[in-house]
Amino acid sequence: MYDFALQRPQSLNEAIEALSAEGAQALAGGQTLIPTLKNRLASPDVLVSIGGLSELQGVSETDGTVSIKAGTTHGVVAATVESYPALASLAGNIGDPAVRNRGTIGGSLANNDPSACYPAAALASNASITTNKRTISASDFFAGLFETTLDEGELITQVDFPVPDAANYQKFDQPASRFALVGVFVAKYGNDVRVAVTGASEDGVFRWSEAESALAGNFSSSAIDGLEVDSEGMIEDIHGSKSYRASLVKVMTKRAVAAC
Amino acid sequence: MATVTMTVNGKSVSGEVEGRTLLSDFVRNNLNLTGTHIGCDTSQCGACVVHVNSKAVKSCTMFALEAEGSSVTTIEGMANPDGSLGTVQQAFQDNHGLQCGFCTPGMVMSAAALLEENPNPTETEIREYLEGNICRCTGYHNIVKSIQAAAAAA
Amino acid sequence: MSDKGIGASSKRREDVRFLSGNGKYTDDINVRGQKYVYFLRSDVAHGKINGIDTNKAASMPGVVGIFTGADFAEVGGLPCGWQVTDRFGEAMKEPAHPVLAQGKVRHVGDPIAAVVADSLEQARDAAEAINVDMEELPAVIDMKSAVAGGTLVHDELETNLCYDWGFVEENKEAVDEAIKNAHHVTSLELVNNRLIPNAMEPRVAIGDYDASNDESTLYTTSQNPHVIRLLMGAFVLQIPEHKLRVVAPDVGGGFGSKIFHYAEEAFCTLAARKLKVPVKWTASRSEAFISDAHGRDHVTKIELALDENGMFQAIRTDTYANMGAYLSTFSTSVPTWLHGTLMAGNYKTPLIYVNVKAVFTNTVPVDAYRGAGRPEATFQLERVIDKAARELGMDPIEIRRKNFIQKDEFPYATPVALEYDTGDYVATMDKLQEIADLDGFEARASESRKKGLLRGLGINCYIEACGIAPSNLVGMLGARAGLYESATVRVNATGSITVMTGCHSHGQGHETTFPQVIADMIGISEDQVHIQHGDTSNTPMGMGTYGSRSIAVGGAAMVRATEKIIAKAKKIAAHLMEASAEDIELKDGSFSVVGTDKSVGWGDVCLTAYVPHNYPLDQLEPGLEETAFYDPANFTFPAGAYACEVEVDPETGKVDICSFAATDDFGNVINPMVVDGQVHGGIAQGVGQALREHAVYNEDGQLVSGTYMDYSMPRADDLPNFVVDHSCQTPCTHNPLGVKGCGEAGAIGSPPAVVNAVLDALNKGGYNVSHIDMPLSPSRVWSAING
Repeated sequence: MYDFALQRPQSLNEAIEALSAEGAQALAGGQTLIPTLKNRLASPDVLVSIGGLSELQGVSETDGTVSIKAGTTHGVVAATVESYPALASLAGNIGDPAVRNRGTIGGSLANNDPSACYPAAALASNASITTNKRTISASDFFAGLFETTLDEGELITQVDFPVPDAANYQKFDQPASRFALVGVFVAKYGNDVRVAVTGASEDGVFRWSEAESALAGNFSSSAIDGLEVDSEGMIEDIHGSKSYRASLVKVMTKRAVAAC
Repeated sequence: MATVTMTVNGKSVSGEVEGRTLLSDFVRNNLNLTGTHIGCDTSQCGACVVHVNSKAVKSCTMFALEAEGSSVTTIEGMANPDGSLGTVQQAFQDNHGLQCGFCTPGMVMSAAALLEENPNPTETEIREYLEGNICRCTGYHNIVKSIQAAAAAA
Repeated sequence: MSDKGIGASSKRREDVRFLSGNGKYTDDINVRGQKYVYFLRSDVAHGKINGIDTNKAASMPGVVGIFTGADFAEVGGLPCGWQVTDRFGEAMKEPAHPVLAQGKVRHVGDPIAAVVADSLEQARDAAEAINVDMEELPAVIDMKSAVAGGTLVHDELETNLCYDWGFVEENKEAVDEAIKNAHHVTSLELVNNRLIPNAMEPRVAIGDYDASNDESTLYTTSQNPHVIRLLMGAFVLQIPEHKLRVVAPDVGGGFGSKIFHYAEEAFCTLAARKLKVPVKWTASRSEAFISDAHGRDHVTKIELALDENGMFQAIRTDTYANMGAYLSTFSTSVPTWLHGTLMAGNYKTPLIYVNVKAVFTNTVPVDAYRGAGRPEATFQLERVIDKAARELGMDPIEIRRKNFIQKDEFPYATPVALEYDTGDYVATMDKLQEIADLDGFEARASESRKKGLLRGLGINCYIEACGIAPSNLVGMLGARAGLYESATVRVNATGSITVMTGCHSHGQGHETTFPQVIADMIGISEDQVHIQHGDTSNTPMGMGTYGSRSIAVGGAAMVRATEKIIAKAKKIAAHLMEASAEDIELKDGSFSVVGTDKSVGWGDVCLTAYVPHNYPLDQLEPGLEETAFYDPANFTFPAGAYACEVEVDPETGKVDICSFAATDDFGNVINPMVVDGQVHGGIAQGVGQALREHAVYNEDGQLVSGTYMDYSMPRADDLPNFVVDHSCQTPCTHNPLGVKGCGEAGAIGSPPAVVNAVLDALNKGGYNVSHIDMPLSPSRVWSAING
């Protein structure tokens, strides 16, 4: 790792202040950032540790909404969220137990890894992502590989998930990293069905709108039998071709619907 | 350099560290607790697992300064007060749950964390919990058996 | 089953230190005043170094020294330990293998320069400031293209072909003829995928130098410290053995990858001498991926000729074996003597011809890994047999049984130069059918179908040759080393025993199992025996641990030394009891005169040896310590039969291992618990190779699967519990313990079972797929299903 200063602010305000400095970067759970630093692929001057801030911890469930503070670990989400089982289950399958004890929802969303799980849940639920400055709809948040619409120094503080009538997440593991080779999150709100896909596209998480339309009229896995996913723009690597990923999107979508 | 203070295996310790000093570096180099091992640099192998405030974490993926004020347990803190092997450790010996011993400290720490959360895990639950601990020697068979035995003995 | 001594599942004493965090691995050693080295490695696969500017780096904080190839120009290269002679009687091509690159880099990871500094991060900072003027050259990665010509890995060799080996060359015409005239020929082209060893402990080397007596010490992660001392001392650095100590303390797994002498060991030893400070190198995992010797990487065409009854008539194989950019220590022996000689398997095939072309490419060197040549032989043979069975409509078990060498045919000379001493392949297959519940397969397959999954069963056999020997034979075959093993048995004055062995334990459990043997021979408690290994300063010259040789060769040396101890102790006892040594019997730790009630205890005899007051000093030296070197008369031949059941998800291509059963004949077994564990680990490796693991290079020579993010290691939830059995025992006839070795069997025997099972599932499910290359990843299986 290149050298940097590690700051441990005692409050959210202090953290936001610290993050406004040139070369400062937030350190949440560090489960992606620290390996990146080890390989010298990032060189922040200052890391602002926010993982321990009590203002960023906790889950509350009221009026059909699950509100998760940004510093809440995957492990806590998995163990505490009751009203949105698909979300809890997704959190419980990120990384491994030790990673889940450090990694946070805010860190995951801000990083927007194209194979991460949380972006699929946020997009399928049209979650509201609140920062120190504003609230961003998930539909407006993700902006391509490792890109979001967050400004410099802007920090996620909370994520609110409207609880759907039914939902399910199907993750097909990349064999080595165990990130999603393809992950599909299906959430049904009344007649509105949202299908968010992670792991597959070169542009990061996306909604499969054809499937959404078909499922809105007939919420059963057979409703998408006739659909094909365009393999153009899919990721291709040693773990799978574009057409393999496209096929998996359909298979995982059907399974998610069937499991709803 | 900054000073960090924490409790490790029941004793208060402090030391001078850089911002980039990992918790694993701190226990290995500052405290000479070399039972915590480093087997990868992508946070996957789990040889470095310790408990921080009773939760299993990868000590190579956490900075020492982030553990300020925490209570940390390493493999060296898992023995019984009389120095004999603790329940999980003993179960590993009884069931040949280790060969070269390199992944073993992390395995034991993960196993202990699992049994804390779930005292009677099924075989599937044990295997899934060990997702972040890689062993190249045992094929996991006897590790799973060891953890089942530890659960039965507790 | 006994509860102590040979045959007992004694708990491992070494576990106590490993489980309490008190293991002492090389990285746990810190020598006062040590500095840290960071290697600047090539990030291109092939390039010409036009210049290296270290000026800026040299002035950076903490830098103690910077070394480039120029500093090592006068130092010897890393030697290759086995010279292969090709089909035409010519010696193999043997390029120089410098410690630091000399003008050219030949693979990603090739070390260009090394920075020694006060801290590792400072060393790395300075390494980044070194300016290398590198002219990138086209890389040659594919073996067949490499042989065809064009880019040369080593210009001076004028070819990328290391050797073209034929075995047995005299059989070639007869084999060709038999295949031409055969009733049926099954042909299969396959890849044995390149693996990365991934012992969980990355390699470490610490060089230390004591100028006051001109002595160097190297602490290193090695399976064979004496071999490293010899190779590095005599061939690379010219340090005589008495001035060079090599210590391999606790080692976190080896699997072959820690046999070899590596550049980093020589570097740290020499840098410590030059800088007069201890120099420590600890590999990161990412560095291990591009600096540890890789394994396997064969491309093979195999043909099996059969008659109308399914009897094997001839086998012909044609293999390209990747050597990588340089010849690692035992690389050349792997595709030849450890591979070609195994091609008969468990079967009576009268004619066999093996051709191997070893090829240089711009990739990390390839050498022995967890089975070394034998997995490659087993895989192709057992795959082609399965394919033949399918083509001929025969049952895969029946075709194997038909062709087995029968129990009463041992010793059996194969057409590929081996003489198997013992075996009972029918018995291991019978046992397999029992423990794997093959009769219940159809019911299980029906349950799988209800879930939309395809179930398949894969069967195969294997034979292994362990404890490669004797030395005079391997010398004729090109080995530049002997393959004996040594032991010194030191009986202490009060009767406890220290055994100094040339073997090295890095997971095998020698510290527990070796004492079981001695305790059995003498009749004392196992606790009375201590095993010392891993330090050239206090163990006799030995060849180390690999190739499943330790108990068969090292254990035999220990038995021989103990026999000498017992013979001498009997003379002492005879003197004490005023009897003849011929009349003395040793039982349960007590010497008695046959036919009398006279006896004297082990402890009394030992004390007498060291306090020789009442002692035949005119006939016998005091003391009780003996050394033996044991050179086996032949290899040992473990063999077995394996079965795997899988479920394949046809929609995703994902394969789940439902069950795995293994029956092995290891001859006599010292510690069944330890033997089971060795097999378990091997099976996990075999399943890993079959389904997950793959070192992938792109055409530019970049290692695409260069971390655990892309190199898929088998994890606990990828595997089932294994059913293993080693009750079929045909003891080895030529070593004193009747043992055969068990370390590699699992890794050798399991890949074909897995692949055969997947193909069985697909074919039974209506997909006509004849082969899929390993690893059978979901995407590959899906592609096979979807044409």
